[in-house]
Amino acid sequence: MDNWDPSKPILEIENLSISFFTRLREIPAVMDFSCTVMPGEAMGLVGESGCGKSTVALAVMRYLGKNGRITGGSIRFKGRDLTTMDDEALRLIRGSEIAMIYQEPMASLNPAMRIGAQLAEVPMIHEGIGREAAWNLARQIVADVRLPDPDRILKAYPHQLSGGQQQRIVIAMALMSKPALLILDEPTTALDVTVEAGIVDLVKDLGRKYGTSILFISHNLGLILDVCDRLCVMYSGEAVETGAVAQVFDRMRHPYTQALFRSIPLPGADKNTHPLVSIPGNFPLPHERPPGCNFGPRCTYFQAGRCDGQEIPMVLLPGGDRHETRCLRAAEIDWDKPPVAAKAVARTPVGEVVLKMTDLRKYYEVSGGLFGGSLKKVVKANETLSFEAREGETLAIVGESGCGKSTFAKVLMGLETATSGKIMLFDQDIQDIPIEKRGTDTVSSVQMVFQNPFDTLNPSMTVGRQIIRALEIFGQGANDAERHDRMLELLDLVKLPRAFADRMPRQLSGGQKQRVGIARAFAGGARIVVADEPVSALDVSVQAAVTDLLMEIQRKNRTTLLFISHDLSIVRYLSDRVMVMYLGHVVEMGTTDQVFSPPYHPYTEALLSAVPIADTRVKKKRIVLEGDIPSAMNPPPGCPFQTRCRWKSQVPGNLCDTVMPPIRVLAGDHQIKCHLSDDVLAGMEPVIRIAAQ
Amino acid sequence: MPVFLIRRVLTMVLTALCLTFVVFYLTNLPPNLEKLAKSEASSRMSDADVESWIERNGYGRPVLVRYGEWLGLTPGWTRTEDGVTTGRCIERGQDPATAPLRCGVLQGDWGFSTVFKQPVSQIIAERLGATGLLMLWVMIVMVPASLLIGVLSGMREGSRLDRGLSVFSIASTATPEYVSGVVLIALFASSSTGLSPWLAEQGWISGKTLFMGTATSALDSGITFWNFGLPVMTIALYGIGYIARMTRASMTEVMTAQYIRTARLKGVSFGNVVMKHALRNALIAPFTVIMLQFPWLLNGVVIVETLFNYKGFGWTLVQAAGNNDIELLLAGSVVAVFVVLMTQLISDIGYVFLNPRIRVS
Repeated sequence: MDNWDPSKPILEIENLSISFFTRLREIPAVMDFSCTVMPGEAMGLVGESGCGKSTVALAVMRYLGKNGRITGGSIRFKGRDLTTMDDEALRLIRGSEIAMIYQEPMASLNPAMRIGAQLAEVPMIHEGIGREAAWNLARQIVADVRLPDPDRILKAYPHQLSGGQQQRIVIAMALMSKPALLILDEPTTALDVTVEAGIVDLVKDLGRKYGTSILFISHNLGLILDVCDRLCVMYSGEAVETGAVAQVFDRMRHPYTQALFRSIPLPGADKNTHPLVSIPGNFPLPHERPPGCNFGPRCTYFQAGRCDGQEIPMVLLPGGDRHETRCLRAAEIDWDKPPVAAKAVARTPVGEVVLKMTDLRKYYEVSGGLFGGSLKKVVKANETLSFEAREGETLAIVGESGCGKSTFAKVLMGLETATSGKIMLFDQDIQDIPIEKRGTDTVSSVQMVFQNPFDTLNPSMTVGRQIIRALEIFGQGANDAERHDRMLELLDLVKLPRAFADRMPRQLSGGQKQRVGIARAFAGGARIVVADEPVSALDVSVQAAVTDLLMEIQRKNRTTLLFISHDLSIVRYLSDRVMVMYLGHVVEMGTTDQVFSPPYHPYTEALLSAVPIADTRVKKKRIVLEGDIPSAMNPPPGCPFQTRCRWKSQVPGNLCDTVMPPIRVLAGDHQIKCHLSDDVLAGMEPVIRIAAQ
Repeated sequence: MPVFLIRRVLTMVLTALCLTFVVFYLTNLPPNLEKLAKSEASSRMSDADVESWIERNGYGRPVLVRYGEWLGLTPGWTRTEDGVTTGRCIERGQDPATAPLRCGVLQGDWGFSTVFKQPVSQIIAERLGATGLLMLWVMIVMVPASLLIGVLSGMREGSRLDRGLSVFSIASTATPEYVSGVVLIALFASSSTGLSPWLAEQGWISGKTLFMGTATSALDSGITFWNFGLPVMTIALYGIGYIARMTRASMTEVMTAQYIRTARLKGVSFGNVVMKHALRNALIAPFTVIMLQFPWLLNGVVIVETLFNYKGFGWTLVQAAGNNDIELLLAGSVVAVFVVLMTQLISDIGYVFLNPRIRVS
């Protein structure tokens, strides 16, 4: 190890193949994968779920479980082949030379061990130092990952920390032995955007400070652009394109990479004039891969007989810095040709007000712990929510977890009743009517599309039966035959083949399941649809298709869409108006243009800055919010955002600490709940700038 | 915490009331009383004699009133016949004037056993002590053994060690005590069959048998490996399999958790992963099961104590039930309720200490 030459690559993966062995067959998960990470370099692995990127990471750690086996190729770390190493030698490398950071911080920390003990363990194993010294080192590293009050944190159990703090602890744990290589497997997927921004900054800084090489796995191209120097795009177990980040982003040379970029909403995309282009077809299952190019069946440049006639090798492209692609036609395709523009459609005209909320409040009472603490606490989930939604309009509700956006949806749906305030649906007051007491008409006209399509379909009922069941409940159709016909029409509406009526949910992919969810929601002719993060559980290439489907049905039926999301890119792409929520309050509301350009509410500004954008032309102002969202059980006095606001000093006196800001109406009915003076607001700079081409 | 404890104690009292009433009602059914009369006075009594005996000894009045007497809420019965006053609370030869008005559980008087001719409280205390000793040794053997087996088989699911230990634990838990007890006696405690003759021939044991087939001597001349080994093993074997299965299930689940992967990839050795990371988490579920074993042991000892003629709580209960000893049975049910709910209380509190996630804030 000591005689390793630092100018050589730290990690060299060559022609790596990994298979999982089941009783039925061998399932190849990764085939012929090669990549090189130089010292101090950050390498990104991008791809959709199931493409094998996590398998590669675990293979580097040689942790593939009982069924996984490396069937070919080599992984060399500092010149030593990991694939042939014995357990004891591996153990010495794990945690000290290579460390890993995982997707779900809560699950990857031991729930029954104090944070300090979990951290101190690493140097105690690898450096053989004493308990005392190890705890001191842990304290130092905890301060390094910018956690407040290290002593308290070290004594805490994982469940006492927030998600962002837990992830910082996992990072601290990885850094305890100053590893040469850090593997991050979707480290921020489970976190909110503003927390994610903090974590990403931290990883970058620490990487620089300790000179650590990074293998960064993500499905989010924007994050890769933020963090990495080089990236490798994977599709169905193979690397399809690799190169420097700027090169791949600006001069992509593989159709899959191109299709991926065209299916994500970048600034400038718009649902009416520049709709997203989704990738047709589905991801091939590992044992049903097509011959030749894996991407062939979904590729617009596909040539029969050529692309499916031979194994496609990785080829080095001329003029690039180790830029490679797995495409036979890389030299022939005109890469700069704009996509065949999908037909631009006219903006849907907005109609009458169909939903009006006035001063809606929802409080929850929670009682103490197991031993019957009689102390009741009040969670203020929604505070004075007022807005209108019109027919045919898309209103986006944006905010991080705990901001009350789901509570609001529950109250609207009637799963909870409001504490005070009014909800006018069409001409009816519904704030006090729980869903059991609502008429069929009301129920069928307000429907919901849920976040997780995997859990919301009954696994033991066919797709057709589930839709018919919804039709029965909504009182649609006079008899079974009519309802059956209506069900088939609904399948047409969501663009699923009619044969799917007889399928079970498990036979469907995530995107298809979400389409069934949409069909079910529209079964009773819904006029208001609440879409609660409808695409966040889906892969990027499927997201575009599902989003477009929702838009299309909306245009046809003039549905009002309440789109709940934390993903500002997709919100900007499809919504007409945006409502930003923080700790139960609406802090900003206006048209999409108003919200996405200055003047901002300070929270909106931070949110916008936190969203990673996969476009090299975009220059962002970096605003990282300190600390966590305060608990809704114990909100700060005055302005809810005052604890994290960077503009607080611009407000005279201690107004922010004491007085709840009023709703200010700016030009064009743009509402902001802030104490900042008009001058300061007017002087705000845009967070996102697109550099001139 | 105090609120929680008070609530638990109230539950305990309420359950004890319900259960004792059921027992009281059943033991006071007319045929049972008739049997009691015949065994107490004379087995060749006429029906009329039985009736008058029941009437004379206070068993003739309404059930609720007499239940109240047992509790000590209603005044004990008195009866004056031929100038001699007898009564529930009047001991033989005592002056009726000095006798207390009420004598029941509330006054600390648990009654008099008709079988053993001794105060119930004394019998219960003595026999419960004997059983407690047996249970203590069972626990000492059973808990470490079962946890060890469970952890060993759960840490590498599907390995040969796992399969072997699983077969053992399933077999042991599938064998009821009256089977395993008899088998063990035949195997170890018989001078003509099993291992003992062979061992004696080799000169490895001084006596005729490896173990004794009866545990009676344990109470008189102290516990030895020789007289206590078999009863303890018989009870423990059954429990070992059961707890080991639970521990194994919990352990296999914990071993697939992501934090185990984290620990492995930190470079922690497999042994340390099991000891430091998995064990505490894996013990949370079996802990409740182990605590549930206490009330179950109370039942289990009935068979084993009878089989090995060990005069403990179980043996006493069998005697009491066979002879319709009303007050002894009632006291037995109070003890059972107390043991069940106390162990549940301990298990709840212990659970909180094992699992930091539900610690009281």
